[in-house]
Amino acid sequence: MTANLAAQPSLSPDHRGTSRVGRTKTAGLSVLPIRRAEVNSIPKVALDGISLSYNTNDGSKLLALDDIQLEVKAGEFLCIVGPSGCGKSTLLHLIAGLQKATSGHVRMDGKVVDSPGTDRILIFQELGLFPWLTVGENVEFGMKMKGVPKSDRQEKTAYYLRLVHLSQFKDSYTHQLSGGMRQRVALARALATEPDVLLMDEPFAALDAQTRDLLHDELERIWAETGRTIIFVTHNVREAVRLGDRVALFTFRPGRIKREFSIDLPRPRHLEDITVAKNAREILDELREEINKSLEEQYGYEAIR
Amino acid sequence: MKRFGRQAIFYGVLIAVWVLLAELKVWPPYVFPTPQGVFQALRAGFADHSFWIAISVSMKRMLLGYTLSVILGMILGLGVASNKFLEETVGGLLVSLQSLPSICWLPLAVLWFGLSEKAILFVVVMGSLLSVTIAMETGRQQMPKIYGMAGRNLGARGFPLFWHVLLPASLPYIVSGLKQGWAFAWRSLISGEMIFVSLGLGQLLMMGRDLNDMSQVIAVMILIVAIGYIVDGLVFKTVERRIQRKWGLAPA
Repeated sequence: MTANLAAQPSLSPDHRGTSRVGRTKTAGLSVLPIRRAEVNSIPKVALDGISLSYNTNDGSKLLALDDIQLEVKAGEFLCIVGPSGCGKSTLLHLIAGLQKATSGHVRMDGKVVDSPGTDRILIFQELGLFPWLTVGENVEFGMKMKGVPKSDRQEKTAYYLRLVHLSQFKDSYTHQLSGGMRQRVALARALATEPDVLLMDEPFAALDAQTRDLLHDELERIWAETGRTIIFVTHNVREAVRLGDRVALFTFRPGRIKREFSIDLPRPRHLEDITVAKNAREILDELREEINKSLEEQYGYEAIR
Repeated sequence: MKRFGRQAIFYGVLIAVWVLLAELKVWPPYVFPTPQGVFQALRAGFADHSFWIAISVSMKRMLLGYTLSVILGMILGLGVASNKFLEETVGGLLVSLQSLPSICWLPLAVLWFGLSEKAILFVVVMGSLLSVTIAMETGRQQMPKIYGMAGRNLGARGFPLFWHVLLPASLPYIVSGLKQGWAFAWRSLISGEMIFVSLGLGQLLMMGRDLNDMSQVIAVMILIVAIGYIVDGLVFKTVERRIQRKWGLAPA
């Protein structure tokens, strides 16, 4: 069933124009036949022509991200896949406000943002849990910075620890936990600041398959329970199809959105589902080309013969 | 325990040789005191409170001077670590100043502050400031960048970011520098106290010389070593071990 795999071109300027008009709430616009029901509402996250270039050591400029146009609806689960080195992690850092784009803007609810904010929390690939704090204190950290009163903090810490099934580890230090548990602490810490958007950077890449399956289920459940918007970066296409409402495929250097795929499969899904595999196959075929390009760059032509 | 046994034997033999040499009376007691004489001097010193007073005066100066230099050193170190211009200019100056024995600041301090507490504090601060600053600077550079990013990502900025994230994150890297700073401050203090009269252990040492009382000189020297050892071995080692355990850098 390839029918539910509707390829969508990356958003054209026309499309952005429409949604901008939509924001003025002119009567009658709601009948515009655009792809999603809530298209009239302002997108939760919008990337307007994000480009990023680095100065390399030999003095030349390297274009890492090239004119990224992307809109993410409130409550949507968007996965970004691409070969390593396509700048997908960098894009999350840009959205989180930890890095500045060379050109273009990040908009949250229509407003340009250019510094970190607790409305969008990034879960780093290497997590960045604070080793000097207990699990509970790690989860509490963001709320403390926000100035949430202590009693509320404790209540919410307990709630989010329960949500990730780590209540009994509240007073442990992070180095005493397994990889999967640390991953869940990072998730709880991010959720506890109650962000609108959760940015996840290959969070499950370093985990064993069983733990990863379990965390997929948990993430899907938590996403459904909390209604957060999630932007999830991965190099694993099947994982992207397993989790995402939509998958954006990035090209290799400069990172560009090559194609977007809607994943209209019923939930809950499983990694082994035949439909998941089929959808992944199709995306993978497109991705292969980009992976080859990245391999070529890394190993030269011989490696892929 | 084996290690402790070897150490006990070593010190036992050392004292035995000392007793033997003293008993042979090769040198007069004002050149080479007996262990009993030194023990007497220690007991007398504590009995008439003069040692207690000296210790408390010296420790007070240490605490004040060391605290000051830690605060100043952190600010300086952070500044140097976070600013390329400061790193190239001030950073270089600090490294070159490190070759200056801190007691060399005393004449300057006396001219600025007179023969006062301030002068001696100044010498103590200058003694440890540089190692604290350099420790802080390298600590900031060695600290994994992820913690700063994670902190900012979770809404920390300005002083809270420093206090709750950057400082604790760099602690394992700066604690040895803080320890070195303490040792330098301790040495500077004793030398400073020796040069101008103002109570304290250094002055007690000089008093022993003035009175030709070798037993007191040795007794005070033992005291200075003992205090330095206790602070280093108990206070700093404990802190260091606790940090390492908490960070998961060492087995519990």
